[in-house]
Amino acid sequence: MHPDNDISSDLKLQLEQAAADKTKLNITGNNTKSFLGVIADNADTLNVSAHSGVISYEPTELVITARAGTTLREINAKLAEYRQTLAFEPPAYGRNATLGGTVACALAGPARPYLGGTRDHILGCRVLNGKGQILQFGGEVMKNVAGYDVSRLMTGAMGTLGILLDISVKVMPQVDHELTLSTAIDTDNAIDQMQALAGYGLPVTASAYSDGTMVTRLSGTEVAVNAAADKLISSTENSVKPSDNAEFWTQLKEHTHPFFQNRSSLWRISVPALTKPIDLNGSWLYDWAGMQRWLHTDEPADTVRSQSAAAGGHATLYRGTEELKRSAGVFHPLPAPLLKLQQRLKHEFDPHGVFNHQRLFPEF
Amino acid sequence: MSQALFQEETPELDSDTRDVLINRFLSFMDNESVLREDEDLFPYESDGLAVYRQKPPLVVLPETVEQVQSILKICHELKVPVVARGAGTGLSGGALPLKNGIILGMAKFNKIVNIDARARTAVVQPGVRNLAISEAASDYNLYYAPDPSSQIVCTIGGNVAENSGGVHCLKYGMTVHNVLQVTAVTIEGELITVGSLAADTQGMDLLGLLHGSEGMLAVTVEIVVKLLPKPNSTKLLMAAFDNVDTAGDTVAEIIANGIIPAGLEMMDKPAIIAAEAFAQCGYPTDAEALFLCELDGTEEEVQDQLQRVNTLVKKNNATLVHIARDEDERMQLWKGRKSAFPAVGRLSPDYYCIDGTIPRRHLSHVLQQMNIWSEEYGLRIANVFHAGDGNLHPLILFDANVEGELQKTEELGGKILELCVEVGGTITGEHGVGMEKINQMCVQFSSDEITQFHAVKHAFDPEALLNPGKAIPTLNRCAEYGALHVHHGKVPHPDIERF
Repeated sequence: MHPDNDISSDLKLQLEQAAADKTKLNITGNNTKSFLGVIADNADTLNVSAHSGVISYEPTELVITARAGTTLREINAKLAEYRQTLAFEPPAYGRNATLGGTVACALAGPARPYLGGTRDHILGCRVLNGKGQILQFGGEVMKNVAGYDVSRLMTGAMGTLGILLDISVKVMPQVDHELTLSTAIDTDNAIDQMQALAGYGLPVTASAYSDGTMVTRLSGTEVAVNAAADKLISSTENSVKPSDNAEFWTQLKEHTHPFFQNRSSLWRISVPALTKPIDLNGSWLYDWAGMQRWLHTDEPADTVRSQSAAAGGHATLYRGTEELKRSAGVFHPLPAPLLKLQQRLKHEFDPHGVFNHQRLFPEF
Repeated sequence: MSQALFQEETPELDSDTRDVLINRFLSFMDNESVLREDEDLFPYESDGLAVYRQKPPLVVLPETVEQVQSILKICHELKVPVVARGAGTGLSGGALPLKNGIILGMAKFNKIVNIDARARTAVVQPGVRNLAISEAASDYNLYYAPDPSSQIVCTIGGNVAENSGGVHCLKYGMTVHNVLQVTAVTIEGELITVGSLAADTQGMDLLGLLHGSEGMLAVTVEIVVKLLPKPNSTKLLMAAFDNVDTAGDTVAEIIANGIIPAGLEMMDKPAIIAAEAFAQCGYPTDAEALFLCELDGTEEEVQDQLQRVNTLVKKNNATLVHIARDEDERMQLWKGRKSAFPAVGRLSPDYYCIDGTIPRRHLSHVLQQMNIWSEEYGLRIANVFHAGDGNLHPLILFDANVEGELQKTEELGGKILELCVEVGGTITGEHGVGMEKINQMCVQFSSDEITQFHAVKHAFDPEALLNPGKAIPTLNRCAEYGALHVHHGKVPHPDIERF
């Protein structure tokens, strides 16, 4: 593999061939997120991982631009040289996760409710649409309102609108110091406390809960983190103590935590702040201050979906058998008016329906 | 910056259609909500960019979502364009009326529906003023972060349409980063909810797409914004320099040191002098450049960062460093910056505010080039700069009563925006394209990209009835205008016939 390779013109030729042959293409990188969404079986694979390399990095402008096939590992290493980082803590789920897959899936780690998600850090992108056009949207500056925000539209579209070629991402300084606290607490109080903590103006950057323990991460300058920790340890009624398990956040982000070693289907349930416990059997782990809930369960998909929707949220079948993914769908079905708009957008970017057929929704 | 070069003619709304519209609107709205007399229509003839004016044939002021749906259904049926409008403070002519369309004024949607202090969210109608949200949230020690300088009067609906910014964007983001959910009506009259009270939604990010779409995709009827806890501590440091380069370098060094200030504003000498004369806020008028660096967070964090910034500016030979003693002085120092526009306005009969963003490292080059053009055109320029995020606001001073001076100003403004694109920036950081910068869109984007933008609109509004002609130029316009510009050695719109 060539480390600095622009293969966009090859990709364009492959797309044009596929459109001419009326074949469909599954876009892949290094397959670390191929478990997410339905992979159409009547399609050829278009691998973009060779389109790689950091194009530019301006630490004082807080922006890095890289080709989609560049690995997160390479990007993180580059950023670390200047003590910078991707604040949305994208999960890699493997050694060779690429930037393109990260942005197409728009997954974010524990810092999401405090520092924003993938979409909040995307500044611009170059894409290949289904008409074989290479287009540039957004840019490398923080403030840019020229034209519709196509970069944000591409983020999380699961490759259904086109191939991400190059992506500009906002980067942030690494924190000087981190400290994790653990609190013994019941579920209802944890849901309330996690939100309350976010409202105190303390440097909280992650909070999670499972099995009677709430875990809170403080980040910032050492003096500020220590002062906040002292305040929490001394002021709450609950027993708050420093935790020696700093690895917890990485394990949670990467799904290497023992919670995820479970044979039942894994659901990701996204709910509004302060949502009460949802009445579904299984094992639960709350992240994002209670707004992202992981559930291992054998409950029927319809039950999981209807209970999640009743709570004002939605449920994604994150990991499950191929059979269940195909029968129940991976992503929560959309209301009719939104499905119609997304179908129309799909058509406007990829009129021949070449890219990632059914990866997001069975309708396109 | 657009009309002088290429004018696309639209027909007037014919009087029969106008009568039909009036009758149908009056069947579900009262007489005072359907404005049709000249004296009622004139207040709507322009937005904050008052050099463009067009009296609208009809203005409607609905007060319920159902009325908005009915209005849009009727306009869709009769193929009448609709321009949605909040407080009309936009600076790019986005709410400029059309000869053949109605104005849909959202001013009566002015209620804060609910504040959930524990979840830190507010449900608001689009006609609520930006500042009113923070005022209402203040009782709970919360606030709404984006603060465009027009925040006293501008509405949150307009903020969503423009994806408005302000002085705190580097740390707290723009409108799109602070809105959770938007409920909107499509041109077909269908009610849609994009985004969610949860952290994300399924499928494509339509919430992101609606932000900054300048009223061309749907009409917003309700917004849920995110509120932030007021920081426990806020400190402001003012530093003056004897040249702009050092000030710019110092900004870069602050960021390279891992500090993200809540606000980082810079002014050049003409802006400093104007602001000081206007606000008597204590700015050093002999400085070539001045910046205000605001730090917020916990007491300990702010103290720590303040010390580091203080050391840094001194090392870089700031000619003056001053930390606001108390809240009063902090507000006083901000007052100078926030009144920079009216202050510059006093120096000259008229001024024209430009809004480009550049990678900050090119600041010195851009300012030098502006000085050259300023002399060439015989027009003075004062600069205020959101230095943290590279958003530049040159204010061109001119006199509209002098024959040809407005045209010269528009031409100079266009050149400055094109320079922003040339150095890797953009023609608009936060004011939007509207009518004003529509020609410069042809400089920033290729015809394929512009066609894709039209395709996005087509997905929402196939007959192009929502604010048509704004924000995204036609390819014909670009062919007419684009001949002025050659990008990477190529004519930008080769597929269009040239006359």
